[in-house]
Amino acid sequence: MRKFDTKVQYLKYKVLREVARHAYDDTLVESFNDIAKVIVKDKPTMRCCIYKERAIVAERIKLATGGDKSNPNVIEVISIACDECPMGGYEVTNACRGCLAHRCEDVCKRGAITFDDQKRAIIDKTKCVECGQCAKVCPYGAILNFKRPCERACKVKAISMDENKAAAIDNSKCISCGACVYQCPFGAIMDKSFILDVIKMIKESQADGKTKVYAVVAPSIASQFSYAKLGQVITGIKELGFYTTIEAALGADMVAYAEGAELVEKGFLTSSCCPAFVDYIHKSFPALNDKISHNLSPAATISKYIKNIDENAKIVFIGPCTAKKMEFQLDHVKPYIDSVITFEELQALFDSRDIDITTLQETPLDNASYFGRIFARSGGLADAVKQSLKEQGLDESFQLKAVSCDGIEECKTALLRASKGVSPYNFIEGMACVNGCIGGAGCLTHGEKNKKLADDYGREAYEKSIADAISVLDKSKF
Amino acid sequence: MDIFVCIGSSCHLKGSYQIVNLMKENLDKNGIADKVNLNGAFCFGKCSGDGVTVKIDDEIISGVNKENFSEIFSSYVLRKFK
Repeated sequence: MRKFDTKVQYLKYKVLREVARHAYDDTLVESFNDIAKVIVKDKPTMRCCIYKERAIVAERIKLATGGDKSNPNVIEVISIACDECPMGGYEVTNACRGCLAHRCEDVCKRGAITFDDQKRAIIDKTKCVECGQCAKVCPYGAILNFKRPCERACKVKAISMDENKAAAIDNSKCISCGACVYQCPFGAIMDKSFILDVIKMIKESQADGKTKVYAVVAPSIASQFSYAKLGQVITGIKELGFYTTIEAALGADMVAYAEGAELVEKGFLTSSCCPAFVDYIHKSFPALNDKISHNLSPAATISKYIKNIDENAKIVFIGPCTAKKMEFQLDHVKPYIDSVITFEELQALFDSRDIDITTLQETPLDNASYFGRIFARSGGLADAVKQSLKEQGLDESFQLKAVSCDGIEECKTALLRASKGVSPYNFIEGMACVNGCIGGAGCLTHGEKNKKLADDYGREAYEKSIADAISVLDKSKF
Repeated sequence: MDIFVCIGSSCHLKGSYQIVNLMKENLDKNGIADKVNLNGAFCFGKCSGDGVTVKIDDEIISGVNKENFSEIFSSYVLRKFK
């Protein structure tokens, strides 16, 4: 069974695994240079020579150990790994047959298309505005968009080219969603890793016998580690030295419950669950800042609750999300979540301790309701808010008109209308990643069946309603 | 008095919500609800056994279920209020 989608993820994983192994063994400092040699042996397999390969691995080690402290962004470019892909925009390729129809010419409103003596199309770059219509209408698909995969992935347009033609991220636009990290075919953009902090926390808790490191795990885990059973993953987390695992989905139940009431009170809201979406509003639609729900994200909500009932708790969020690494450092979240790792990093931690989760017993994981769990996929949050209104008897006096924005482009459309006061909706669910959290950049794998897996996992929940799931919690500790 | 009922996954599936409700009912019935802080907690590390784990002040009692609830409530809670 495959563990990763791409070889880039596998390479990143190997570095994380080796860094974690040495950190657990307290040999990281003296082994720093050896890690690159373990990963890049005596023949080049990726770049021109082993020296460049090792230099790039050294940069990956730096990111795996926390990255550039002077850069506040959790997403960083490894400049020497950037292949400086061509970025000429729309170009006519050899597949152009010099046909008679000239659909490309007719569709181009700018008059940018002319023909050479072979009747082949030529794009005049001084006139072209990169609208892409010519590429769409060409019957041969002969016109291609030569755009860098990172730029293509970055829908908030935070990526450009620096003076050396390497990719550069504009931190004032970047929302840390990690789309570029997942899409760069050369692995030249990476999310900073905080695995060292997590390992340190676990070791300290083992030494003092008092601190308890809780794992708060995102519901999107339902679509991950598909080569093993979920209960085995939970046992694996315990074997790593975590005290216990709690579903972030219980925090989602808490959020859904509160958000229903908040929506009725304010009349219009955008969700606050996806940190990249919230950051997008702050950076690109600041006029809508006061429309963002005042609820903490589900992960922060449940973490706050745990800290309120256990003063010795340390909390690590484990999920699919690179933006969470930015969120937990925000002033209003910092007191509750101590660190964040991704599913990719969890896999690296398992293997650094040689824990084969497929051989482990299963440990149950059941704290949340169906509705808390389906937050993992696009549309789940709006479904949960609808249910919350119903359970609180608010659905008769208030008519919910929700839109579920699947990916940051759909978020942009909904926010644009809202900012102009012409939104037909009164609740905007925003998920920066397409498909929601199950499409997150920190997932091991992304597949067609993920949505179904998230829903199936929801249906397995012991509690069927939001009110049931949170009934036992002391509301004064929310 | 502080009472914590474990609502971690393992206890949850063994009926911790039922125990919380029984606890609320019995505290009310005996008129001591305002003298007790009833809370949920996540895991006391005693996940095996045939019921839910409860912590009453500094004592951890595991294996609480609806059959033995009355007995445990009398001996661990009521006794201290006599």
